[in-house]
Amino acid sequence: MEWSSWSQFWDMGGYGFYVWSSYAAMLLGIVIEVVLLRRGRQDTLRRLRRLERWEQSPGERPS
Amino acid sequence: MRFSLYRYAAPSTFYHLAGRLTPWFGWAAGILAVLGLYIGFFVAPTDFQQGEAYRIIFIHVPAAWMSMFIYLVIAFWSAIGLAFNTRLSFMLARALAPTGAMFAFMSLWTGAFWGKPMWGAWWVWDARLTSSLILFFLYVGIMALWSAIDDPRRGDKAGALLALVGAINVPIIYFSVKWWNTLHQGASVKPSGTSMDEVMLAGMLIMAFAAWFYAIATAFYRVRDIILERERHTEWAKEILEK
Repeated sequence: MEWSSWSQFWDMGGYGFYVWSSYAAMLLGIVIEVVLLRRGRQDTLRRLRRLERWEQSPGERPS
Repeated sequence: MRFSLYRYAAPSTFYHLAGRLTPWFGWAAGILAVLGLYIGFFVAPTDFQQGEAYRIIFIHVPAAWMSMFIYLVIAFWSAIGLAFNTRLSFMLARALAPTGAMFAFMSLWTGAFWGKPMWGAWWVWDARLTSSLILFFLYVGIMALWSAIDDPRRGDKAGALLALVGAINVPIIYFSVKWWNTLHQGASVKPSGTSMDEVMLAGMLIMAFAAWFYAIATAFYRVRDIILERERHTEWAKEILEK
């Protein structure tokens, strides 16, 4: 272990800004992708169910 | 019933298989990432040349590897799809692309934040960086092509063709540090051996496996939406939608 305190850890030998900007971006990218995945699944299910209903009774407007 | 790989090529079977496997790959990715980050930040020593800035390596290299590897997998499934007209191949290619694009972007981003303190520049137009940027644009281009063509089968083929042509870029990225004079350091891990500290290497490889499992989990999650969409007129898909 290279660190004797948390402040030293966050400082990363003076490179803290660069190291943590990289890791924060990676984390953000993963969070965004997972959120989009979940939303995509719900959207797909909703859209396909609506299409299904509409195809069974095409007279009604798809709502 | 005889065990057969062809059985899993059927979208209905693969839909259920992917659904069962996704959480396992997701958890494996999470556990490996925690382990890899622990080694990367608390076990691995300070680099004698780059100080602590080198710790970006634990996400930069896995992201860069995955961006190239996923692209090759997309090209592989595109080739299989074009040759044998297998529907699932194209669906897998589509499901992999957004994750590949994400890793391609992250390899550029983390590279910039590593280049600035080490080289004094966020960006230089050298061979490695430029070819990596082209890889990102290829991902974006292929995804744009897919979404621009309404007919899924035509879209599949057009995207597959672009993916295959663009595959030439991957060896260019990989060997760019050898073929041209570049600011980017050479490969630390080669088939002939490695020039890295063992603990650093272990952390990096574990993170690479985490990224690998993450990519499988996200692709499997995404491919189920694509399968359901295309199979919505079949009985099994209707059963799922009626639930």
